[in-house]
Amino acid sequence: MNSIIKAEKVNKSYGKGENYFSALKDINLDIKASQTIAIVGKSGSGKSTLMHILAFLDQPDKGQVLYEGIDYHQLKSRKLDELRNKKYGFVFQQFFLNPHQTVLENVVLPLKIANIGRGQRKKRGLEVLASVNLLEKANSKTINLSGGQKQRVAIARALINDPEVIFADEPTGNLDSVTGKTIEDLLFSLNKEKGITLIIVTHDEDLAKRCMRQISITDGKIVGSQS
Amino acid sequence: MRYSDLILSASANLLRSKARTLLTIIAIFIGAMTITLTNGIGTGVKTYLNQQIGNLGATNVLTINLSPKKTSNGSGPAQYNPNQQVSLGGDHFGGSQLLMNNSDLSKISEIPNITSVIAVHPIAPDYIMGTSGKYRLTLLEQFGNSTADMLAGKGVDNNSTGYQISIPNTYVSALGYQSSQAILNKTVTIGIRSANGNLGTVQALVSGVQQQAVIGSATVYANTSLASELYTIQSQGLPPATANSFSTIEATFPSNLSASKLQAIKNQLSAEGYSGQTIKDKENTIFTALTAVIVVLDMFGVIALIAASFGIINTLYMSVQERTMEIGLMKALGMSSRKIFNLFSIEAVLIGFWGSILGVLGAMLIGNVANTIANHTILKSFPGLTLVTFPLTTVAIVVIGIMLIAFIAGTMPALKASRKDPIEALRYE
Repeated sequence: MNSIIKAEKVNKSYGKGENYFSALKDINLDIKASQTIAIVGKSGSGKSTLMHILAFLDQPDKGQVLYEGIDYHQLKSRKLDELRNKKYGFVFQQFFLNPHQTVLENVVLPLKIANIGRGQRKKRGLEVLASVNLLEKANSKTINLSGGQKQRVAIARALINDPEVIFADEPTGNLDSVTGKTIEDLLFSLNKEKGITLIIVTHDEDLAKRCMRQISITDGKIVGSQS
Repeated sequence: MRYSDLILSASANLLRSKARTLLTIIAIFIGAMTITLTNGIGTGVKTYLNQQIGNLGATNVLTINLSPKKTSNGSGPAQYNPNQQVSLGGDHFGGSQLLMNNSDLSKISEIPNITSVIAVHPIAPDYIMGTSGKYRLTLLEQFGNSTADMLAGKGVDNNSTGYQISIPNTYVSALGYQSSQAILNKTVTIGIRSANGNLGTVQALVSGVQQQAVIGSATVYANTSLASELYTIQSQGLPPATANSFSTIEATFPSNLSASKLQAIKNQLSAEGYSGQTIKDKENTIFTALTAVIVVLDMFGVIALIAASFGIINTLYMSVQERTMEIGLMKALGMSSRKIFNLFSIEAVLIGFWGSILGVLGAMLIGNVANTIANHTILKSFPGLTLVTFPLTTVAIVVIGIMLIAFIAGTMPALKASRKDPIEALRYE
């Protein structure tokens, strides 16, 4: 299988002097297309930092990250914005939905950023809402939804640009176990049906076990990798 | 994001905290209204003065005097010049009116582009009488073409050898006639006293009735034949040197003369020790004073706007703070820093836009009410004066200028938003 995201000797640190903190130390990681990967570790282990670096939201101090062989940090910021807009989808623990907007408006935000016109936005928005079974909520305000519904809206938003990779940061962290299970099923079905690469940051071992690979991080180092 | 989406998003964000937006808009509104009103009054008064200047006299006439020479200066009194006549009087500023005679008249008539020169003899008639009753009057000789706003008939004809006058409309009923039309071509009598005390009378025809001007008193205009006849009566008994001296010369020039050629005339006049002013020059003196007053009033508006732009900065900083997560999300989803900057700048500009539009509308409303009230009360005697007017260009300059100020005020918060680190922002909650 082709490698889609590659981290080579990635180092990241924060602070200076006494506050110096090395978040990632010489991380090497090769993620293949259509894999499902769990990055596990305790809080403060550096797993979120690794995800941010793989998603080009953050820049390594040393080493490099490649997407399909290209280091996007070397390109113009417009290319990088485009990469995150078109190839990546993001799902967060806190959902990050705009409570003042409708479900549909939240879902089409990436298309709005990509300069897509109103009509097409609505058409595509309703399609993805149907795929996460939330079509009837399209015009509700997100503030009126349950946690599971909110996370489905977030997944619909991540899906709207037909991404290659979905980054999920503790996607079930704010949900009860039953709802969490349905969200997990939804994510894995996307991998199965559309071949979307899943990179899930979690401390939930059951969720991690469902992934093809588990990367364990402790103190900024990869301490274990299981497939 | 497309610009239409940016504007819609910015509007939605402003509507999200209505009270805060409204308060910021009110501050802009006050500044915009003040500036629009003061300029509106300025324009209204200037427009009206411009119309009225025509009633003061012809525009193709230079009023020429000898340039005042000080009778004294720091180093003592000036040398006596036996050829220089001085009229009675003087003032604390050291100037006294110098008198001219026929040699000045011929000197000025030789200046290129001057078509005719006339010595202005002050004429002080005793009374004017129509069908019955004698009334006082101010009488001036009409020089050049009349530009007065005629209600009936036309201005006096200087080519006519007959005696003609044109009167302000306020004289019509005093002279015993019902309407401006009725008095046309009727004969009135003017009484004038000579230097040695004899009262003479002259009969003149009314050629026209003009709208009374706001500036200047109600003036009766005489044609040249009538004026010289009146002066002849008035100067009887004066020594010839006094009778033939005067302080003012009126010189006419072609009305289509270019500004540079007119300036050439003025330059030559001052080179020869005279000063020449057209009606326009006098008008400019008034306008300069008026503009100064308006600029001072505008300063109040500007101060209000400066205060208001701090309001904009504050509002946007709060907005950036509240929407940290949203900004981080949009950046994570691929929105460029420049578009984030634009989004917040547009919010600032929209506050400026609505504030200034409402301010202009408020000013128009107040202006119209003020015009209506003023025209029925304090300005009743000034027909045709619109106190406040709002030319489109002024309104456009106010609106665009305020949007620009709002944009500048918005740059700091907008920059702060555009520089937010998406990771920091997403950790915020």
